Amino acid sequence: MPSVPSPLAETVAALILAATLVGAVARPRGLPEAVMAVPFAAVLLLLGVLPLGQAGAETKILAPTIGFLAAVLVLAHMCDHYGLFEAAGSWMATRSGARPVTLLALVFGVASLATAVLSLDATVVLLTPVVFATVARLRLRAKPHVYACTHLANSASLLLPVSNLTNLLAFSASGLSFIRFGATMGLPWLVAIGVEWLVLRRFFASDLVGHGEVAVRVPRSVPVFASAVVVLTLVGFVVTSILHVAPAFAALGGAVLLAGPALISRRVAPRDVGLALDVPFLAFVLALGLIVKAVSLHGLGSLVLHFFPWGSSLGSLLLIAVIAAVLANLINNLPAVLLLLPAATAAGAGPVLAVLIGVNTGPNLTYVGSLATLLWRRVLRKHGEELPISEFLRLGAITVPPVLVAATLALWLSLRLVG
Amino acid sequence: MIPSVRIVLWLVEGTWQGCVDAVANRLPPDASVALLYVTASTVGELADAAAGGLLGRAMPRLQPRHQYQDLADEAATAILAAAAGQLARPDADLLHKRGRVEREVVLAVAENVDLLVAARDGNRSRLGPKSLGPATRFVVDHAPCAVLLVWPDESPGIESISLPRHDHPPPMGPDPLSRR
Repeated sequence: MPSVPSPLAETVAALILAATLVGAVARPRGLPEAVMAVPFAAVLLLLGVLPLGQAGAETKILAPTIGFLAAVLVLAHMCDHYGLFEAAGSWMATRSGARPVTLLALVFGVASLATAVLSLDATVVLLTPVVFATVARLRLRAKPHVYACTHLANSASLLLPVSNLTNLLAFSASGLSFIRFGATMGLPWLVAIGVEWLVLRRFFASDLVGHGEVAVRVPRSVPVFASAVVVLTLVGFVVTSILHVAPAFAALGGAVLLAGPALISRRVAPRDVGLALDVPFLAFVLALGLIVKAVSLHGLGSLVLHFFPWGSSLGSLLLIAVIAAVLANLINNLPAVLLLLPAATAAGAGPVLAVLIGVNTGPNLTYVGSLATLLWRRVLRKHGEELPISEFLRLGAITVPPVLVAATLALWLSLRLVG
Repeated sequence: MIPSVRIVLWLVEGTWQGCVDAVANRLPPDASVALLYVTASTVGELADAAAGGLLGRAMPRLQPRHQYQDLADEAATAILAAAAGQLARPDADLLHKRGRVEREVVLAVAENVDLLVAARDGNRSRLGPKSLGPATRFVVDHAPCAVLLVWPDESPGIESISLPRHDHPPPMGPDPLSRR
């Protein structure tokens, strides 16, 4: 195995990380991100920048998390196949009585729960289209409700390890139990949602006037089986946590319970399960983990360890959350959390959870990946509608700082109460 | 022959019924009437953007952009048709545009339009400069024709301004013009 001097190795690893992120945003020919990330990780291995032993250890750490992620992805998509999101849309339409503020409150509730239990992917990919359709059917303005979904997918992803991939990564690294994670993050989660409500309600006041038309459609009934499985899965998280079994098994159980009958009755094709599983995404996460490991290994890791205010005082937690949020906006939250985790884990539960508040709520500031994607697509299409950038940024600028501070304050309090 | 008056009604979700009601029986019979609805192009894009922010998920494959377009078009057609019915003007032009709402409205009334009718979209509990939403404010500022703002529901009573107290009527000062 060739050995590479450290500064050179660090440069190579950093360049490869940059190339991976650019490739993931640009996605030449619409190829999955893994198509570039996996060979890049292999190059680091071949060059000896990432020693095989280290890669093996990192893979061992990441593998259970990736398995957990796969189970949650399938669970969420199966809920969609059973019509759970459609039913939620129908329920919101009926309950709202076509009143825009009531509808917004319902969207807040549903999006927060969907994000917490079925992950932010579920809210962005599965719930947002349903909310859009619901709003259009009620003949109301879509903007506040769609913004609520996109913001809550980030801000409301604080509660459980399953709510966000960043949480899953931190959860496995930190050794926190599922129950303790949820108990400590409960208050920050509620506070973050509360702040989002106050800001969005005011920001979109002029879009939340008047009344729509009550939809005359027959309401869709709630799929009892799928709902029961989701509740059972949640109970499973608690039980596995008490029994010191990996909670990934609860998610796996839920996914199998939903996918099994649907596959047997042929309501779902094996291809759909495969798509939900999203193997290229899982491969991308592993490759990104290895690439960031290589970057950490040659100096950046110890830099992070020494120069960060790793402590559990309120000041330290705030600073950690802010740094994590800035980093999440600079290089996206997945690499940010991978980079910060080793040092945060060594410092204890408080700093790990503060990192999560930063990387989870921070992306609402610039939507770094999304903004870049938007710009890139616009470059490709080469024509001239203006981007909604200014509104995007203004709303981000007035929500993220208060959410970040309030949620971190709540975390500090929560750490003292829950321990 | 004298060219007839051309009136455009700008319809927005939530307030269009009130806008139509406010002018329903007051339009000159010979006026040509157009109903305008603009689909905000940014909303579908916003939903897409959130998906784009999910690193590694190869999103556009999962997120059919036209889905939002179709839903918005369906709503637009329905609102325009319902408004024409409520106005009892089957001859009204139905205009459906897409883009930045406030700009499209100004462009739509840029030529040969005498009057734009728009509903106030502000919060009635907070009357003041911000009682008009940003889009309506932009239209009021930039529309080259006359703009008629109507309350989409009940108008606020005269109690919404602080009235002078009756026991001490303000003294009548000298007429400022008489000093000249």
